[in-house]
Amino acid sequence: MKITIPVDEKSLNSNVCVSFGRTPYFLIYDTDTKKSVFLDNSAAASTGGAGIKAAQMIADNQVNILLTPRLGENAADVLKSAEIEIYKTTTASAKDNIDDFIAGKLPLLKEIHAGFHGHGGK
Amino acid sequence: MRIAVLSGKGGTGKTLVSVNLTAVAKSSTYIDCDVEEPNGYLFFKPKNIQEEEVYIQIPKVDENLCSGCRKCVNFCKFNALAYIKDKLIIFEDICHSCGGCILLCSEKALAEKVRVIGRIQKGSSEQVTVYTGILNTGETSGTPIIKKLLDENKPEIKNTTFIDCPPGSACIVMESIKDADYCILVAEPTLFGVYNLNMVYDLVRLFNKPHGVVLNKCLDGENPAESFCVENNVPILGRIPFDNDLGSLNSNAKIAARESERYKVLFSSLLETVMKEVRHETTINPQR
Amino acid sequence: MKQLLILSGKGGTGKTTIASAFIKLSGAKIYADCDIDAPNLHLIMAQNIEPKRTDYFGMPKAEIDIDKCIECGLCKENCRFDAISNKNGFMVDPYACEGCGVCEAFCPVNAVSMKPAIAGELMLYADDNNVFSTAQLKMGSGTSGKLVTEVKKQMRTMESPDTKLAIIDGSPGIGCPVIASLSGVDMVLIVAEPSISGISDMERIIKTAETFNTKIGVCINKYATNPANTEKIEEYCKEKGLPFTGRIPFDPEAVAAINNGQTIVDVDCPAGAAAKEVFSSTMKLLIKESDGADA
Repeated sequence: MKITIPVDEKSLNSNVCVSFGRTPYFLIYDTDTKKSVFLDNSAAASTGGAGIKAAQMIADNQVNILLTPRLGENAADVLKSAEIEIYKTTTASAKDNIDDFIAGKLPLLKEIHAGFHGHGGK
Repeated sequence: MRIAVLSGKGGTGKTLVSVNLTAVAKSSTYIDCDVEEPNGYLFFKPKNIQEEEVYIQIPKVDENLCSGCRKCVNFCKFNALAYIKDKLIIFEDICHSCGGCILLCSEKALAEKVRVIGRIQKGSSEQVTVYTGILNTGETSGTPIIKKLLDENKPEIKNTTFIDCPPGSACIVMESIKDADYCILVAEPTLFGVYNLNMVYDLVRLFNKPHGVVLNKCLDGENPAESFCVENNVPILGRIPFDNDLGSLNSNAKIAARESERYKVLFSSLLETVMKEVRHETTINPQR
Repeated sequence: MKQLLILSGKGGTGKTTIASAFIKLSGAKIYADCDIDAPNLHLIMAQNIEPKRTDYFGMPKAEIDIDKCIECGLCKENCRFDAISNKNGFMVDPYACEGCGVCEAFCPVNAVSMKPAIAGELMLYADDNNVFSTAQLKMGSGTSGKLVTEVKKQMRTMESPDTKLAIIDGSPGIGCPVIASLSGVDMVLIVAEPSISGISDMERIIKTAETFNTKIGVCINKYATNPANTEKIEEYCKEKGLPFTGRIPFDPEAVAAINNGQTIVDVDCPAGAAAKEVFSSTMKLLIKESDGADA
């Protein structure tokens, strides 16, 4: 399966980026091939709806799992439609989070924030 | 004649001035463009209200016609569209109603639907026609309501219209003053007030609007807003004193000029000065 | 880090006056002014430091190359924002243009292009002790909500594990910039003014804030100006189950302090004393654990 995580640098030692929609890169790790690729996040430059665009991009890359510290509701809607599961990162290191996920240690992400351009949760 | 009343800072007295000037003018119109927090109607208590909804157009998709080409998704500058598992998702809150996706769809799968964002009420209070724009809570932008309020009220020659503007200097304020013949800037004698007066002063000059200042809440002693006007050669149209009675009437949503002879005189005199200045400015500086 | 946002609905009720007092009283090291339309907090909190300035780019604006333009009018016909005029050749009004790109897409000769446009400026005042994030929107501009988001993000980049509290001065109204400021805060304090207009506006901002599932508290400023309305507000809070965190009197000494660039707790005055009480109640409410989950 493919796991993705927003990262600050194009490096396996990178930290997790605090923003999903405007992260500079996504790291995609394939648990079958054990290979990693980095995607440039074109959504980062958007004036609005960055989360939606970023979510579209990772869905288009056939990702199964997203690890992220936080997520807005519009991006969450896109990911839900794409049937991508969302887990919450617990430490700063991207690598550690991936290892923790594989070991079954990461919790599901429950708190979806209102998003910066939309209105609050219902 | 359309006269916009703005201030930059909130709470300086835009509504006080616009409501009272309209009240003392013969045959006049009051338009409340502060659609996020309208207040004028609380003073006028207009009767015979006719109401009209204001809506924007947003796209809706016919899934049977959608081929999944994603032209719309790729075009949308606001990222209001996503295409996941053969379904187009439309984010109505983010859509800016530009209509681009609908125009570009080669399958004609996108059409428009309306989304109500607020309403306009028209009523009357003695000799005043009162227009109030109200944005529904939760909606982000009142611009379409302001546009409708002003587009549908083409000025009549004998009628004086006062436009009560929102605070600040952003796009909604610009929209409110766009077609005004003259701008009254209401200033209060405080540090914050003068700083923000400066901003709307820049705004009205950017849009080439003839303008003048009404100094409100005037106390004895130095008035930084007055100093600003003197330094920059901005006409001072009048001074309203800081006065507990006036404050009290205003606080209880009473129209001071209708409640008391003293304020009727004050605002009538201010109106006369304003109209003289407006006529003078718009003759030497015709906008149209 | 807990974020306290100060809103009011109506303008001029005292948000900045109270925000600055709270910053002084709490010793909060991190604060922001999200009233990017008409910012005032820096007039009190940041007189002596030079900020780091960053250009803020809003939506790109369309530009027509008149050399390429064949005057077919398709751009004007399809523009939903009346941003294109034809008085002296086809031209885009940058204030009306929303950057949607329809004109660019429809121009048969590629005469229209979208160009980046500066819509404001972000300012970050930071020294060893404090971090103050603010911005100024270029007048007449849109995308105010996005600039508010940038101000908050800029503030958060300076957050450290020790930071307990951030205070955010908000803007009047209920639209885009207010909604953007509400996102992700732990508590909103509504500063109400006891006038009919003030009450009407307060009700609308409360309704807006309620959709965000954050704690809401209400306080009254300038209360002696209208005791009847003051009572009305307190009744309203009781009925709606909204915590009331206190009232501050109208106080000419407070006005003088602000005009001198000081907070109302920097001088000895009735409003300052009352503000201390309101601060105390507000903090209690902010720190109190709610029923588990934050929104």
